Amino acid sequence: MNDHRGFESVIGLEVHAQLLTRSKIFCGCPTAFGATPNSHVCPVCLGHPGALPVLNRAAVEHAVRFGLAIGCRINQRSVFARKNYFYPDLPKGYQISQFDRPLCEHGQLVVDVDGQPRPIGIIRVHLEEDAGKNLHQGSDPSRSYVDYNRAGVPLAEIVSAPDLRSPAEAVAYLRELRAILIYLESCDGNMQEGSFRCDANVSVRPVGQSALGTRTELKNINSFKFVAQALEHEIERQIDVLADGGQVEQETRLWDEEAHRTRPMRGKEESHDYRYFPDPDLLPLVVDDGWLERLRRERPLLPADRRARLQGELGLPAPDVAMLVEDKALGDYFEAALSRCPGNPRAVANWVVNDVQALVKNAVGGAAACPVAPDALGALIGLVDAGVVASAGARQVFFELAAGRASDPAVAARALGVELVDDSAALAAAVDQVIASSGAEVDKYRAGKKQVIGYLVGQVLRRLGGKVDPKQVNELLRRRLDA
Amino acid sequence: MTSLDDLSLTEAAALLERRALTSRELTAACLARAEQRRSLNSVIALLADRAMVEAEDSDRRRAAGAARGPLDGIPLGVKDNILLAGVPATAGSNILRRHVAAYDATAVERLRRAGAVLLAKLNLDEFGMGSSNENSAFGPCRNPWDESRTPGGSSGGAAAAVAAGLCLGCLGTDTGGSIRQPAAFCGVSGLRPTYGRVSRYGVIAFASSLDQVGPLGRSAGDVALLMNAIAGHDPRDSTSAPRPVPDFAAAIGRGVRGLRVGLPREYFELGGCTADVAAAVRDAIAVLEAAGARVSEIALPHTRYAIACYYLIATAEASSNLARYDGVRYGDRVDPGRGLAELYLATRGQGFGAEVKRRILLGTFVLSAGYYDAYYRRAQQVRTLISRDFEQAFAAVDVIAAPIAPTPAFALGEKTADPLTMYLSDIFTISVNLGGVCGMSVPCGLSAGPRPLPIGLQLIGRPFDEESVLAAAGALQEATDWHRRRPPEGGSGRP
Ligand SMILES: [Zn+2]
Repeated sequence: MNDHRGFESVIGLEVHAQLLTRSKIFCGCPTAFGATPNSHVCPVCLGHPGALPVLNRAAVEHAVRFGLAIGCRINQRSVFARKNYFYPDLPKGYQISQFDRPLCEHGQLVVDVDGQPRPIGIIRVHLEEDAGKNLHQGSDPSRSYVDYNRAGVPLAEIVSAPDLRSPAEAVAYLRELRAILIYLESCDGNMQEGSFRCDANVSVRPVGQSALGTRTELKNINSFKFVAQALEHEIERQIDVLADGGQVEQETRLWDEEAHRTRPMRGKEESHDYRYFPDPDLLPLVVDDGWLERLRRERPLLPADRRARLQGELGLPAPDVAMLVEDKALGDYFEAALSRCPGNPRAVANWVVNDVQALVKNAVGGAAACPVAPDALGALIGLVDAGVVASAGARQVFFELAAGRASDPAVAARALGVELVDDSAALAAAVDQVIASSGAEVDKYRAGKKQVIGYLVGQVLRRLGGKVDPKQVNELLRRRLDA
Repeated sequence: MTSLDDLSLTEAAALLERRALTSRELTAACLARAEQRRSLNSVIALLADRAMVEAEDSDRRRAAGAARGPLDGIPLGVKDNILLAGVPATAGSNILRRHVAAYDATAVERLRRAGAVLLAKLNLDEFGMGSSNENSAFGPCRNPWDESRTPGGSSGGAAAAVAAGLCLGCLGTDTGGSIRQPAAFCGVSGLRPTYGRVSRYGVIAFASSLDQVGPLGRSAGDVALLMNAIAGHDPRDSTSAPRPVPDFAAAIGRGVRGLRVGLPREYFELGGCTADVAAAVRDAIAVLEAAGARVSEIALPHTRYAIACYYLIATAEASSNLARYDGVRYGDRVDPGRGLAELYLATRGQGFGAEVKRRILLGTFVLSAGYYDAYYRRAQQVRTLISRDFEQAFAAVDVIAAPIAPTPAFALGEKTADPLTMYLSDIFTISVNLGGVCGMSVPCGLSAGPRPLPIGLQLIGRPFDEESVLAAAGALQEATDWHRRRPPEGGSGRP
C-alpha cells in the first residue's frame, strides 16, 4: 500500500492549532469565533503605532501541556522572533512567531494504521499569532476587506518529521494529534472554522532510495477527507511526472476540492526571505522549574490513556474503542453512563456508539449536549440488565428521554407501559393458552421442528402486550413443550 | 519675580503651591510664547484649547486642596512620536500626518495623573531618525540660540521648546542620543533613563531595543520631578523593568563628595572635540572635583565600534518596526488602483522621507538571509562587548563624565549632504543606548564668539542608577549657572 509503481511517498505535516485561550496571545481581546468583523480588536492587535505585545501565559501553558503530552523536550528558555512579510491580513508587517528557539522540540506520536503502530517524530511545537482574514465581500464589490478579529489568536504550530509514508498514516496522525489537543482542551479541532489547519509537504522516491525527492507543499486542505484525497492525488501526480522521466518542481500547490485535484498556486510563489530576528519587544520566554513541574503534575487524561482503559481494562471491541477515543465528548459520555451501570461496559458502549452517537451526530457540542443524560442512559441499561424492560422497550424509553418528555427511565418505562410483567401466574396462563390454541405448531415442535418456538413466543408476547422478556417466555415454553 | 518665561519647573511648582500663580496664567504665558517663537518651528501641534481646559481643571483642584503634586498645572510638551489620545501623532512623517492616536502613551497617562497640562506636540526627525531635526516632514526646527543652526535631534522640537520657554518641560525619546544631544545644543538638561525604566507603550518605535522615553527640563531638578512621574514598571511593556522607583528629586541635593567620576580615554581621543567643547567639559569636571568627586581615567575600549554597531541594530529593528505603515489600516494611503503591491509602493514611497527609506533599506539588508550572521548577529556580539566595557568601568567609578557632541550646534544644512558625517556626530551618545546604561546632558558652558552656543556635559550612570547621575548634575548646577542661561530673544545671537 505504500508502494506505488516502485515509489514510496514521504509526507511531513505542519499543523496550526488555535489554542483555546479566552484572550489573544499578545493583547486582551477576546478570541471567540464568528463575531462582527473587526469588533475584537485593539491598538495592539491592529498594529497601531506605539502598541506593544504582552504574552498571554495561558497560551504558553497550552503549548507546554501539548509538548509534554507528545514527549517533547520543553525549552525552558525560548525566543519570540519576527517573521517579516507584507500582507493586508498581517497588521504589523510581521508575525510574532518562534524561529531558532521554539518552545518544544523532539516529540513523538504513535499512529496505528491496520494495527501496525508506528512512531512519527515531531520536530517542534512553537507559539505564534494568527493573522486576520481577507474577506472578499463587503459593501463595495470592487474592494477587498480585512477582518482582524482573528489577528493575534494564539496558534501552536506543530511540525512533524517527514516520517509519514501514506495518506492513511497522515490522516491517522492528524486524527491522533487533534484528539490530543481536544483532550487537553487546548483546541476545539474544528477544521471548517479553521481552528485546526494543515499543510502537507509531499515527495516521492524510488523504494530503497534514502535521499528525499523534491517536495511540494499542499495548502488549503481543511478536512480529513481532503487531506487523504489531496495527498493521494499529489502522490500519483508526482509519480506520473517521474515515471515520464520528468522532474517534480518545488512549489506550493492548492487542493481544489471542486476539480478534485491539486494545482499550482497562481503565479510563482515568491521565494520569501522572512528576515527573522528576535522580537525586541518581548523578553525571552522562560518556563521555570516550578511552572514546568506544575504543568507536568496537572497532566490530564490523554487519548492513549482512554484507549488503554477501553481496550485493555474493559475489553471493548476495536471499532467502539476507536470511536470513543477519538470523540472525547462521546468517550466522556460513555464513562459517565458506565459509572451508573458499571457491570456491563459492552452494553453501555453499544448504546453510546450507536444510539447516542446517532442522536448527537450533528449537534453543536456533540455528546456533551446530548438530551439524554449519561446517568439516565446508565440507569436505563441497568433496567434492561435487571429484566425490568426488554431492549425494544428500552429503545422506546430512550427516544422518550431524547425527546425531553421524560427524564427518569423507570418512570418513562412505566408510563409507556413497556415494563416487563413480573407476574409469573399471568405468564404461565398465557403460555398455557397459547399451547392450547396452537395445536399444529405444538405438534410440529414436538416432531422436531424446533424453530416454530419463535412463532409461539410471538403469540405469548402478543397476549401480554410485549411486556415480558422474550427470553423468559422462550425458556418457559421449552420447559412445557419438552416435558 | 523672574519673568514667567524664565521660570524653571521647580520654581513654577513652588509658585503654584503658594498660590502666587495659577496654571491658567502659566499656560497662557506658554501659549503666547509659542506664538511669539513660531519661527523656531518647534511645534507640530499646539493644543491650546485642551491645555487651557486642563489648566483650569488644575486650578480648581488646587483651590479645592486636591492638587496632585509638583507637576499639577505645569505646562509640558510631548515629542510627536509619543501618543496622546485624540491628537495626531505624526512621528514627523507624512505617512502619519493625519493619524489620530487612539490611546495615551503610558508616560503621558502618568503625566496626566500627576495633573500636568499637555500643551504641545513637538517637532522631531522623522520617526526619531536624525541628529538635526532636518529629517522632519514638517520642516526643520531651529535652535533658539541661533536660528540658522540645528537644535539637534531627534528631539529637537522638545529641546528648543524648553530652551525658548514654550513649556516647562518635555518628554523626548532617545535611541542613540536623541534627548541628550538636542538638550546640549539648546542648553537644557535631558536624561535618557536606563532602558526599561520608563514604559515604551504608546511611543512610536524606531529601534525597540534602544528606544527610551526621558525628560528634558531647565534644570536637573526639573528632570528629576518629571522622572518621578513617568518612571516605573508598566505591565503593557514587557521590557519595562519591575524595579522600585526611587525619589529622583532627593538625589539632586545629595552632592558628589566621594563620588568616583571616570573620564573615558577613548572619548577624549576619538572625538575631535572643538577647543570650546573640550574646555567646557574639562571645567565642569574640575567643578565636580572641587565639590568632592574623585576623578580618574577609565577605558571603554569598544567605543570605536559603537556607531557601526548602532547603525546595524537600529536600522534592522526599524526596518521591521516601520513595516506596519502600509496604508491598509490607518495613516495616509496612496492607492494608484493597480493592486496591492502598487498600493504598498506608492504609500510607502510617498509617505516616508529619504533618511527613513535609507534606514529601512539598510536594516532590510542587514537582516537578509546570508547577511544576518555577518551583520546583525555580529553587531549583537559587539553590543555585548560594549555593555561589558561599562560593567568593567563601573566597577571602578560611579559616574562617567564625557562630552555630548564634538561640537556645539552645527548649521542647518551643514551635514545633510553627507549622512555619514551626520551619523558620526553621535559618537559620544550612542554607547549609552547600546550598553544599557543611563545618561544625561547638562549645560556646562557656552562657546566663544559673537553668537555663543551651549555646550553639554554628559554624565553616564550604571543601569538604573539615574540617582548618581542626577546627583552629579545637581552638584554642577549648584556650583554653576550655565543651566540658567537663556537664549537671546529672537535667536538673533545677541547675548
Ligand atoms: Zn487586541
